[in-house]
Formats: sequence, structure tokens, C-alpha cells
Amino acid sequence: MSGTILEVENLSVDIPVAAGMLHPVRGIGFTVSRGETLCIVGESGCGKSLTSLAIMGLLPKTARRNADRMEFLGRDIRNLREREMARLRGGSMSMIFQEPMTSLNPSYTIGNQLAEVYLRHVEQSRAAARDRAVFLLEKVGISSAASRLGQYPHQLSGGQRQRVMIAMALMCGPELIIADEPTTALDVTIQAQILHLLAELQREFRMGMILITHDLGIVARVADKVQVMYAGKTVEEGPCETVFDAPMHPYTQGLLRCIPIPGRTRRGERLGSVPGIVPNLVGELSGCMFRNRCDYASDACAGLRDEPTRMGDGHAYTCLRAPEEVLGERQPAEAP
Amino acid sequence: MPAYTLKRTFVALLILIVVSGLTFSLSHLSADPALTIGGEQASEEDIQAIRKLYGFDRPIHVQYLDWLGRALSGDFGESYHYKQRVFDMVSERIGRTMLLGTLAILFALVVSIPLGTLAAMRPNSITDRIALFIAVLGQALPTFWFALMMIIVFGVWWRWLPISGHTQWANYVMPTIALGYYATPALMRLTRAGMIEVLASDYIRTARAKGLSPASVLFKHALRNAIIPVVALAAVWFGFMLGGSIVIETIFNLKGIGWLSYDALLRSDLPVVQAIVLVFASFYVVLTLLADLLNAYLDPRISVR
Ligand SMILES: Nc1ncnc2c1ncn2[C@@H]1O[C@H](COP(=O)(O)OP(=O)(O)O)[C@@H](O)[C@H]1O
Ligand SMILES: [Mg+2]
Repeated sequence: MSGTILEVENLSVDIPVAAGMLHPVRGIGFTVSRGETLCIVGESGCGKSLTSLAIMGLLPKTARRNADRMEFLGRDIRNLREREMARLRGGSMSMIFQEPMTSLNPSYTIGNQLAEVYLRHVEQSRAAARDRAVFLLEKVGISSAASRLGQYPHQLSGGQRQRVMIAMALMCGPELIIADEPTTALDVTIQAQILHLLAELQREFRMGMILITHDLGIVARVADKVQVMYAGKTVEEGPCETVFDAPMHPYTQGLLRCIPIPGRTRRGERLGSVPGIVPNLVGELSGCMFRNRCDYASDACAGLRDEPTRMGDGHAYTCLRAPEEVLGERQPAEAP
Repeated sequence: MPAYTLKRTFVALLILIVVSGLTFSLSHLSADPALTIGGEQASEEDIQAIRKLYGFDRPIHVQYLDWLGRALSGDFGESYHYKQRVFDMVSERIGRTMLLGTLAILFALVVSIPLGTLAAMRPNSITDRIALFIAVLGQALPTFWFALMMIIVFGVWWRWLPISGHTQWANYVMPTIALGYYATPALMRLTRAGMIEVLASDYIRTARAKGLSPASVLFKHALRNAIIPVVALAAVWFGFMLGGSIVIETIFNLKGIGWLSYDALLRSDLPVVQAIVLVFASFYVVLTLLADLLNAYLDPRISVR
């Protein structure tokens, strides 16, 4: 597909820890096209952040990354040198982090930090960098933008800082933007505002976006595709509508259980909680990782292999339950 | 920032007044100055005469105000021993001590900041171990011993450097190293700890996510923040160095005010001691003030608090 920005196949991340080798990301794959939003959901610790850091080339030093394929704008980025990777970061791919309070350097003004990335990737013109910064600060809804350039991060609220981070990510007109739980640290009242802002900007600038969020209401509203992660693996993926309408994996069903009407979630709603704990991801792992928490688990689940059941339309899930079984059981319960 | 500067300056002035009072009273309480001046053989009448002559019979606060008033106009009285104006004695030598202290703190910073940064970039690597070794060595060796070893090796065996005096630049090399090396471990470890903490911070991750060059990430974003506490500590060490130069100046016979204070203490030369303590103390207060202001400049959050 010509509009493809990012293609990832079988990405895994391994981190040596005291207890052995940790496998926090184990064979993730997805594609993101221009103007498309991919939402990654899953409870905390399932490897969402490491997946995004792996794409950005920002993994911790000890972590090892493997992938069968990682193409950004048609270019294999698996073996790029740090120098070349740095050319892409902040330029054509940018990232927004979970911690707006600490993600800006306390010692430099907003203007300085915004301009810097433009001067690095676009052109050496302070005036142009400044104009771009003012333009984007206005875009992200910061009032009297020009006068904010001289302010320091501590003079802004958390929500404003995250807006600045968003403006910073857009400075060089990226093709891909990765937002890793951009609102988790913010007041509930502004979470939705910021997420809507992101979705709007993504549409306006026709970027590819990977949005990691807990807000299922937002997912339902802005995602084109949804990917559900559990313990470092994709357990279900597909077009947003399809996954919300007919979740196939017991874990996805658990997440969506809090939704009163299928496909609609109230604003700000948290992920439904699934009882049980995430298994330890150290050492060799096999079979379905969700089986210790699953209502449908049987002995056969220990032998589950990574062969997703495909439903057509890109909807797929990795579980031993047959589609007829899942769908057959859902029908009566969901009849209005 | 102007309000902050004003506030800090006012506090510094208050401290100076207290310090001057303490200096004056401590040295008056520790020994009867009239006895010191008169010496062992002086009779009771001589002592009384000396008291009258120097004004020691007046109430203590009058003596203090009188002393302070004259001190402010540069008149610290006359040395009991050398019968010279204290002002001249101090001003003749203070430049040497300042020069030595400045060179020493610069030496310490030039060694410890790069070393600490290198160590922080790869914690527990060979570089880190070497840096740590140098630091531990600096702390384990007593200054005077280190100074004497240098004199033996570079001054006596190899004859590269002069071992005493203050007339040429070469005279300052060994004293600078001996004095500066002492501050290196503390400054290096603070740089290292600060850098490790800062390098793991979210805003460094942001800087890397922006694709900035490694130099920009390291120097613009990391070092600037890691160095803030180092600046404050360096100012304190600079103060220590001026005081600590007593040992070094004596060993290298570098006649600064450290050497003079040692000499004056041995002779209970009260006006000289008072003047030097006051000079050191004022210096210390001014340094702390400058460090605070520099910190406020480096860390814009400070002046708001
Ligand atoms: N630097 C690291 N060293 C060791 N373990 C890590 C490191 N970073 C993350 N992990 C572990 O990897 C797992 C996935 O982390 P992460 O990707 O941050 O999860 P999340 O889905 O919440 O973003 C977690 O169990 C976490 O403890
Ligand atoms: Mg995370």
C-alpha cells in the first residue's frame, strides 16, 4: 500500500534482569498508514511503552530488539545507526510521553525547546522556528502564544505542558506520531480535551498516529484500528468498529465489559478490570498467557500457538475458541 | 530576579554584621589583649597604661563600634608584633591567597566535571572505576602529605618546579594542585551523581526523542542541570580553600594571608587575626551570595520560590 508509513512484523524486546531474561514484548506486528490512527490498549505492564520506544529507537541500553521487519516510509530501520535514527526522530517521527510534568527541561524556555527541534531538522532560521512555534502553540490551544515562548515549564500547568509537548512533536511536520498514554497523568477534566486535540491535529495534518490510551471512549471515537495487547503479545486486532462490536478474545471481552451499549463507552471510562494478575514474563514462555485468568481456559490452552484466527477485514484474535463458539454464545446475551 | 537578588543581598549584609560582632568579641574574650601586648615581664602599671592607650578600658560595645567604624574605612589598627598597619600587611598578601584559591578551585572543577561526566555516561565501566579511584585517592591522602610528596618528587628529585615562594607562576603549580585536588572527590562525585540522575530523567528522553545530537543532549540538556548543585558546592569549597590555604601556604612558604594568619595566631597578634577572620568571613558570605545568584540564573525555578 502506497500510504503505508510504518510496518512492523514480529517485533520483540528482551531485557536481561537479575532473575533471567525478561520478554516484555513478544512478536508484535502492525501497520500504520497515512491519516490512520492505531490504538493500542492493554493493561499496564503489557509492553505498550516498550513497543513505542522500540520503534523510536529509544529503548533502555540493556534492552535488545528483534524484528522480522521494521519499515518506516519504506526504509528498513532495524539496522540504522544511531546518527541516522536521530535524523528521523523528532523530524519525521515524533513521540509524546506519559509524563508532561517532567518531560520538558526545567532550565530552558518553551520557545527555546520548541525552536531547537526545528533548527535541528528543518532549517537554520530562528525567525522561522519562532513563527512555527507560535503557530503550533496557537493550534494546540495555548493562549497568547507569542508571550509564552519566554516562559519556563514550571510556569505552566500539566495540561499546558502536554499541549507544548504536542506542539513540539509537530514542529517538523512528522509523518508518524506516537502518543504513549498522553493524558494518564492529567486531570480527568482535561484528558478528553487533549485526546480530542490530538485526534483533530492528526486528521488535519494527515499523520499516522499510534495512540496508547486507557480511555476506551476515545478509542471508540478516534481509532481506525485497535490492537489489544496482553503480556507482550497481540491477542486481538482489527478495525475499531469490528473489535468493539464483536470482541472475540476473552481478554478483550473483559476490557469491554464495562461498556453499557456495545460500541459506545462513556467519556473518561477506564478499562474494565479483569480479575487476576499478569504472569511473570521472565524465561521461556509458551501457550496462552491469559489462561490463568480466563473463564474458558482448558488444558489445551497451554499448547496455544501464535496462529491467529482470522475473521476477514483484518480482524484476528489468538485463542483456541472457534468463532462460532464465541459468536453463538454472544447473540442471546446482547439482544436488546 | 531583581527582588530575589535584593533579598539575598540583604540577608548577606545581616550575616556580615553578626560575623563582625562575633569576630570582635571572640578574640576579645579568648585572651586579654593588654597582657599579650605587654608581654611576660610587664608590671601592673604597664598593663593599665596599655589598656588606656589602646582603649581596652572602655565598654565593649563602644570598643566594637569604634573598631567596626575604623575597619569599614580600612583601618584595622596596627600589628602588635610587627608594628605595621594591618591593612597594609593584609592587602599586600591577599592577592596571593585569592590567586591560589581561584587557581585551585578552577583546577578542581576542570578535573572533576569532565571526570564526573565521563563516569556518569557509563556507570561501573573502566572509566568510572578510574575516576572513582582518583577521587578516593584524593580523599584518602592528607593534603599536607600529598603536598610533601609533590615537593619531594617534582621539587627535589626531578627539580621541575620551585618548592617555595610566590614570585613566579611556577610557584603556584604545586600549591594549586595540592589544594585543588582536595576538593576534586566531592565535586566529582556530585557531578557524577547529578549526571546519572539527570541522564535518566524524562526530559533527557525527550531531548533524545527530538533527535538532538549527542553533544546537545549531554551538554545543553544534561550538564546544565547536573551542574547546579556543583556550583553551590564549588562556592563552599572555594571558601574552604581560602581558609585551608593556611596549611598549603605554610608548606610552600607562599606568603599569602593563610600564611599570615598562621603567623599571627602563633604570636597572638590580635588585630591581624581579627582582620583576617573578618576578610575570610566577608569573602565567604559574598561567595555564598554569588553562588545563590548564579544558581538562580541557572535554575529559573529558584527565584520563584
Ligand atoms: N528498563 C527496564 N528494565 C527492566 N524491565 C523493564 C524496563 N522497562 C520496562 N520493563 C518491564 O517491561 C514490562 C513492560 O513495560 P512497559 O512497556 O512500560 O508497559 P506498559 O504497557 O505499561 O507501557 C513491564 O513489566 C516492565 O516492568
Ligand atoms: Mg507505559
